[in-house]
Amino acid sequence: MIPVCRLEDLPEGESVRIATTPPVAVFRTEGGELYAIDDTCAHQDASLSEGWLEGCLVECPLHAAAFDLRTGEPTCLPARRPVRTHRVTVEDGVVHVHLEAQEGTAA
Amino acid sequence: MRTVTVVGASLSGLHAARELRAQGFDGRLVIVGEEPHRPYDRPPLSKDFLIGRADEDRLALADADETAGLDAEWLLGVRARGLDPRGRGVLLGDGRTVSTDGVVIATGAAARRLPGPGPAGVHTLRTLDDARALRGELIRGPRRIVVIGGGFIGAETASSCARLGHAVTVVEAAPLPLVPQLGAEMAAVCAGLHRRGGVELITGTGVAALRGAATVTGVELTDGRTLPADVVIVGIGAVPDTAWLAGSTLALQDGVLCDEGCVTALPQVVAVGDVARAGGIRAEHWTSATEQPRAAVTNLLAGRTLATARTVPYFWSDQYDSRIQFAGRYREGDTVHLAEGEITDDGLPGESGFLARYARDGRTVAVLGVDRPRAFMRARRELQRARQPEVRRPEVRRPEVRRPEDRRPEGRRAEDGRSADGPSDDRQPPERQEAAPVGP
Repeated sequence: MIPVCRLEDLPEGESVRIATTPPVAVFRTEGGELYAIDDTCAHQDASLSEGWLEGCLVECPLHAAAFDLRTGEPTCLPARRPVRTHRVTVEDGVVHVHLEAQEGTAA
Repeated sequence: MRTVTVVGASLSGLHAARELRAQGFDGRLVIVGEEPHRPYDRPPLSKDFLIGRADEDRLALADADETAGLDAEWLLGVRARGLDPRGRGVLLGDGRTVSTDGVVIATGAAARRLPGPGPAGVHTLRTLDDARALRGELIRGPRRIVVIGGGFIGAETASSCARLGHAVTVVEAAPLPLVPQLGAEMAAVCAGLHRRGGVELITGTGVAALRGAATVTGVELTDGRTLPADVVIVGIGAVPDTAWLAGSTLALQDGVLCDEGCVTALPQVVAVGDVARAGGIRAEHWTSATEQPRAAVTNLLAGRTLATARTVPYFWSDQYDSRIQFAGRYREGDTVHLAEGEITDDGLPGESGFLARYARDGRTVAVLGVDRPRAFMRARRELQRARQPEVRRPEVRRPEVRRPEDRRPEGRRAEDGRSADGPSDDRQPPERQEAAPVGP
């Protein structure tokens, strides 16, 4: 579980990148919901935390691939592979990300 | 339409094939590609691939599942050498002819070369084979490298070579590179990146000759100097691949002339990507190659122009650890001002980059971001929104990622707000390109 920032420091419609390996992007949608996904676009080397947030979709800043924050699935080309999603909680006003285990590591 | 042939198996050709299936075409789909490779992504060739950070697997544009789902006949490693006057037959280099009802021209562009045969050690960078050959030289120890041409390919390649520890000089014939794309002020900032990256930039002089018999040893400049070189990389632009269409009835003029919906004078022949001069503009942008096929395929299947592909041009370039992003179109005389971030006294991007806006008649017509991705994206969105009322795209379905088992025609999907699709209207489709004189 990784503390990210205070909730009030992540306004609605904004995102923050945390420098884990691999890096993770945490979003707070206009609706106030929190989501975390792998930050690196499944298509090419671009940071999704710098992408365009619209509803529950984030569009990659380089190529306009879009991902559903709830599932990590790409909603359109050119991305074909999903990005991993991570659980987000708020504890004592601090946003935390619970990193999903890497594929291939023991649970 | 029972058979559609896509000539060109790179980005725009693949996107056309995807669109054909996504828009319900269930007939025979033939894809002709001159290179022996499955579709791959070119932008990383001058960057991550060249420095060894991405291998060839990472370049693939389609995986096995998707390729199977396209259900296409792939004719790879074979060049198209003609299109019959009615556009019903694609002649292949091996003597075969593919009989077809529809054609998507997606043959792209080829790297422009210096005249005459070059000695060994002289490279272009356009194809995977080009990149393999160049990388083969770059991993054999420190080299003296001269890059001819300071455009985006030249700058990215120079940046990658410097990253690998080579001694690099860039030669640009103009007083400053990238002025036509960025204007003088911002071109000067980008030119500064070479210096920041430890690369010498020589401007205002052309190349007189290459030195060396079997292997290149130097580059002789028109100002009399000779730069010693073990490797020379020629990055002087690209030429649309239209030579194979010389005997067709299509109008060719630095590209295949087509209307804004990518339709040529033959309604069952469309052109997309680097080879297409759509509505008078030929853009060698990755984004155009991925956006045009949607409209082009809609029009191909309809037999007339229903949709246009008029989105805001966008390109990006990664060089010397900076990311340059540009949207819109710069014209001489546009004024440019710094909107966010800073440019240092040395004329370099500040630590947190900058965003510059280009204005004409009081309106923003283009934006440039250097290491300022979020601000750039917002600005690019604003440009797109400002453009939206002009875009008419009735009856266009959205492409989506599909599995082989769920390929079937489907009605128009609800907009999710990220597409450039404008409201449909009942006006007549635009006239077809007048410059294409011969009808079907």
